[in-house]
Amino acid sequence: MKWDWNAVSDFMPHFWDGLLVTLQALALGSLISFALGLVWALLMRTPTRWVRWPVGVVTEFVRNTPLLVQLFFLFYVLPEWGVTFSALTTGVFAIGLHYSTYTMQVYRAGIEAVPAGQWEAATALNLPRVRTWQVVILPQAIRRVIPALGNYVIAMLKDTPLLMAITVLEMLGQARLYSQEHFQFTEPLTVIGVAFIVISYLASLLLRALERRLVH
Amino acid sequence: MSTDAPLMKDPDSHANPPVDGSELIRFDTVTKRFGSNTVLDRLDFSVESGKHVTLIGPSGSGKTTILRLLMTLTQPDEGTITVGGEKLFPAPEKQVRELRKNIGMVFQQFNLFPNMSALRNITEAPVTVLGLSKEEAEQRARELLELVGLADKWDARPTQLSGGQQQRVAIARALAMRPQVLLLDEVTSALDPELVAGVLDLLRDIARTTDITMLCVTHEMNFARDISDQVLMFDSGRIIEAGPPERIFSEPEQERTREFLSAVL
Repeated sequence: MKWDWNAVSDFMPHFWDGLLVTLQALALGSLISFALGLVWALLMRTPTRWVRWPVGVVTEFVRNTPLLVQLFFLFYVLPEWGVTFSALTTGVFAIGLHYSTYTMQVYRAGIEAVPAGQWEAATALNLPRVRTWQVVILPQAIRRVIPALGNYVIAMLKDTPLLMAITVLEMLGQARLYSQEHFQFTEPLTVIGVAFIVISYLASLLLRALERRLVH
Repeated sequence: MSTDAPLMKDPDSHANPPVDGSELIRFDTVTKRFGSNTVLDRLDFSVESGKHVTLIGPSGSGKTTILRLLMTLTQPDEGTITVGGEKLFPAPEKQVRELRKNIGMVFQQFNLFPNMSALRNITEAPVTVLGLSKEEAEQRARELLELVGLADKWDARPTQLSGGQQQRVAIARALAMRPQVLLLDEVTSALDPELVAGVLDLLRDIARTTDITMLCVTHEMNFARDISDQVLMFDSGRIIEAGPPERIFSEPEQERTREFLSAVL
């Protein structure tokens, strides 16, 4: 087997298209998982069981079923009920939803780690409950959980190839398409493999920088 | 401007009962249990407006619980608590919020908000709770920082301050709400020994120059002697002796009080 640089340069335009889609899915998926996870975590702290119970059941269900099954379900079953989105939109939403059930646990741990004295000081100052969350609890909780959230971003990156299953042409999708047309597998798969490592590494650098800034 | 300006009460501030020695706080047969442990046992006592009351006694005797009940950080199992003639417990949330405006607390562990500057720690509640403008609140906060000797530290985060400095900011934060009642919960217990005197001197000043009613849990007996109008000696969830500091400290009637004082003095 011979390494063919021509195949690499032929593949590159497709690679850039795929990279863009991967990064889009990753960025939007992360945002959804961060936001939705926080919503779940806060809902799980409401005093009413009638909120906590359904949220608990739904998130437990989503966390314990495979992302691939969820992708298929959203992409092939929802349209039967008249709900249709593009493949990429569906994929981004599925990844965000799936990972929100993990980030909610991260947020929960971060919220519980804020010392009781902070709540007590807020009560002693008569701060309204919503304000206490906004300016006292969440800023401290979120600062604590950023490293853990970052790990899920990297995990999400490695799950983006699943989107291929619902016809999204992210990096792996582009590589497979190219390989099948040109019967050259080594070069495109190597290129995207390297790309995954580079993105993971850059993301971890970014995270560490963020962590350092948040120490104070 | 007079030096005690930051501590003067707003003439139009919320519910402003007269400082004429009338009853401000009342506990009526208050019982508090933690599991099978009865921390307060059918406790009755009252505090007159403007008085400084010190709660002493062995740890676990229920002193801190009294402050926490008044701050509504915990609820009694039985009994009623009134402040200024209105029920703090049992009472609807709205009334609790209204009454709580009159009460401030300083904690053993300071409990400053670590994500805010000293100034912002002090201005947050006056702006959100009392509705002061940002400028008014900052003006008030700077005067208070001046009073506690930290005018130059307004921009510092709590982690950049010593324990004594953090506790001074915490005192300023409580005073910024212009409370009628200030609860001091072992405020020097977590401080390095050389920082204790500064904080106590500040509290002596506040006790002398204001009409704030103070309830103070402390193991600093000299401080208690200096500022108190009345000393309450606790043991096992009951007040076993009460009186002016001169009497309690020099001629305690109860054997238990004598034992306790000889152990701490």
